[in-house]
Amino acid sequence: MVNRILVGAHYGFGSWLAQRVTAAVMAVYSVLLLIVLLCVQPADYAAWHGVFNPEWMRMATMLFWLSLCYHAWIGVRDIIMDYVKPAAARLIAHVVVIVALIGCAGWALQILWRA
Amino acid sequence: MREGIETASISNAIPAHLCIGAIIPSLLTLTAAMAQTPTRPKRSAPWYNISPANLPLPGLVSIFHRVSGLGLFVMLWLLLWLFDRSLVSAEGYAWAKGVLGGGFVKLIMTGLLWAFLHHFCAGIRFLLLDMHVGIELAAARHSSTIVFVVSLVLTVILGAILIW
Repeated sequence: MVNRILVGAHYGFGSWLAQRVTAAVMAVYSVLLLIVLLCVQPADYAAWHGVFNPEWMRMATMLFWLSLCYHAWIGVRDIIMDYVKPAAARLIAHVVVIVALIGCAGWALQILWRA
Repeated sequence: MREGIETASISNAIPAHLCIGAIIPSLLTLTAAMAQTPTRPKRSAPWYNISPANLPLPGLVSIFHRVSGLGLFVMLWLLLWLFDRSLVSAEGYAWAKGVLGGGFVKLIMTGLLWAFLHHFCAGIRFLLLDMHVGIELAAARHSSTIVFVVSLVLTVILGAILIW
């Protein structure tokens, strides 16, 4: 009997775990934001700006957007791997998604901490 | 009698079907038989048809999870843009409010809200399945129904409060 142990480098497990951790972060933040919005009911710019002004809210919102970008990378990467077979097209799609998501992450940080 | 046996054993030392003269014709027969063997027709097994119309409810939850996730990714720029403008200044806030007041944009936002809520509910279901909660067939189908119903009901309620 040949005792072969068929395991990879566990990259897949890392992605699987990251997808779930980022999902949990976003889920908690979404519920938190909904509660805040329903309590504050911001009706003008000052109130809306005030929601995201506290440092803890900026940190929480930053965690949300960064989690979203990482989560979206894993999800869209999986979709591309499933449906885009030609190597060139897959490479281009991956590059476009990576650039778009890094751009979105940077944009979100800029929105939260610009003067 | 004894000689007869020896003669028989000598002639049987190389079995007739292994003689070169016999092998070639039998090989030809075999090849011909293989060539005539029809290739197995493609069977339409129940699991072969993966059209969404043929999926059981858990399969629909799964494909909707994927589609809603892709939709949210594709429309991410719009959400970030509105978030950006709404926080940059009072004028930006007014602009974003004006954009969100349009009927077409409201329709898009309702679609995105539904995509988000379905993704949210289905995601929680997947997390529970990962923890081996509700993995029996009946329970899994039941939770799929819950995902569709809850996400639709929440879309109506939150859409009425936040969008319309």
